[in-house]
Amino acid sequence: MRDLTADTMGTLEARGLLIGHNGSTLLDVPRLLLDGPGPTLILGPNGAGKSLLLRCLHGLIVPEAGRVLQDGHNLGPIQKARQAMVFQRPVLLRRTVTANLDFVLRRRRLNRPARRVRIEELLHEGGLAAKARQSARSLSGGEAQRLAILRALATEPEVLFLDEPTSALDPAATQAIEKMILRASSRGVRIVMVTHDIGQARRLAADVVMMQGGHVVEHGPADEVLQNPRSEAARRYLAGGLLI
Amino acid sequence: MQNFASEISAALLLILKGDAELWAIVLLSLRVSLLAVLISAMIGMPLGAALAVGRFRGRRAVIVLLNALMGLPPVVVGLLVYLMLSRSGPLGVLQLLYTPTAMIIAQVVLVTPIVAALTRQVVEMLAEEYSEQLRSLGVSCLASVPVLLWDARLALVTALLAGFGRAIAEVGAVIIVGGNINHVTRVMTTTIALETSKGNLALALALGAILIGIAVAVNALVSLLSLRAEQEGLSHA
Ligand SMILES: Nc1ncnc2c1ncn2[C@@H]1O[C@H](COP(=O)(O)OP(=O)(O)OP(=O)(O)O)[C@@H](O)[C@H]1O
Ligand SMILES: [Mg+2]
Repeated sequence: MRDLTADTMGTLEARGLLIGHNGSTLLDVPRLLLDGPGPTLILGPNGAGKSLLLRCLHGLIVPEAGRVLQDGHNLGPIQKARQAMVFQRPVLLRRTVTANLDFVLRRRRLNRPARRVRIEELLHEGGLAAKARQSARSLSGGEAQRLAILRALATEPEVLFLDEPTSALDPAATQAIEKMILRASSRGVRIVMVTHDIGQARRLAADVVMMQGGHVVEHGPADEVLQNPRSEAARRYLAGGLLI
Repeated sequence: MQNFASEISAALLLILKGDAELWAIVLLSLRVSLLAVLISAMIGMPLGAALAVGRFRGRRAVIVLLNALMGLPPVVVGLLVYLMLSRSGPLGVLQLLYTPTAMIIAQVVLVTPIVAALTRQVVEMLAEEYSEQLRSLGVSCLASVPVLLWDARLALVTALLAGFGRAIAEVGAVIIVGGNINHVTRVMTTTIALETSKGNLALALALGAILIGIAVAVNALVSLLSLRAEQEGLSHA
């Protein structure tokens, strides 16, 4: 067991990120530093570039300009291997729940007994023990999302990206996933998560990144950004969010 | 009509009493076509997967070619394989003409494009869905091939069954390269053609019934597999 008050690992920094498409700017982030403890929540309207930013930080998209640094190193294979991502729509292998987790553990070259122990722990953590032998594709939305998170955690990441992991889930499922995320965070995993749920941001975030039109319009401690947003864009977004 | 009825009962008798000649023919057919499908799978599935995930020059051309080869007329395949294997052909020294091996080669040529093209289709669809997730997990392009093949397994088995169906029912190619030699290269389809022309309808009918039975069984297996795929959420729709 890692220390529950472990420092958050994996400092992330983006410098001069630029992504365009047909002359329009999709993402323009001169500097973003994620080095504080606790989860970072990214908020912003549809099309703000939140998913794009996550993909960039995770090295799935190479930006036209700029770079991403993890612990001061350029994002290379070693750095990427220390990151994991849960996508907006979970992609599960067409195998059983257990096999989805085993896939990742095998890649980490754990031996059979070690894998079995770890799979049991993970299934327990995600409340999926009863579904171990079920085909992953037949899971409900919430269960599938939990499995996707477990599989990401199975890679033992230092940084975990989550793209709206609870956007289609009921309150109970949302709560289960938030607990998993907070547990991972308390173990020192850096959480970078996109959400549209301002309540969720309040519950989870240590710091909040506000995005609009491909720009980071505000980044700061959660209570500051959520209570007294400095930018007009953030104020409007939060006000709209409260009306819904 | 009387004649026809007696032929049918004679055919039934052949099947039921386990006629040695009949079953030798059936077994040879199965052996040739199963081996052909096995070899086609070993060539066609990696080829299809490579076309699905690889990005290289001439890829589109190969795909178009494969799709065209899927509809290759069996007699033409027979002719080409005959030319390759005939005594003066490039592979003539191997003396394979009029052997079961020649028939297997012809069927491999017929079935491989089917397996490769269907594999390409299925794996490409799956790769599109999996690509970001696999990259996120650090799986390289090459390493993703076995993952994709395994996860497409049900569709791939269906493709292999389709290939087997084509192989076992095919007559034009095997009759040219096999020669329909009694006890050597006589398979179900070629025997049916020969015996019918000779007027020996009982054997032809018996073999026809078995061939239909095999076709029905293959199709039942295909629909069973797709049903299972649906139940388990493994289908690609
Ligand atoms: N591959 C691409 N090609 C062209 N445009 C793209 C591409 N990917 C994203 N975009 C555009 O970039 C913008 C930002 O997309 P992104 O997915 O990051 O939005 P988002 O903030 O995650 O929105 P949502 O809340 O709806 O998920 C959108 O306008 C989108 O159309
Ligand atoms: Mg998004």
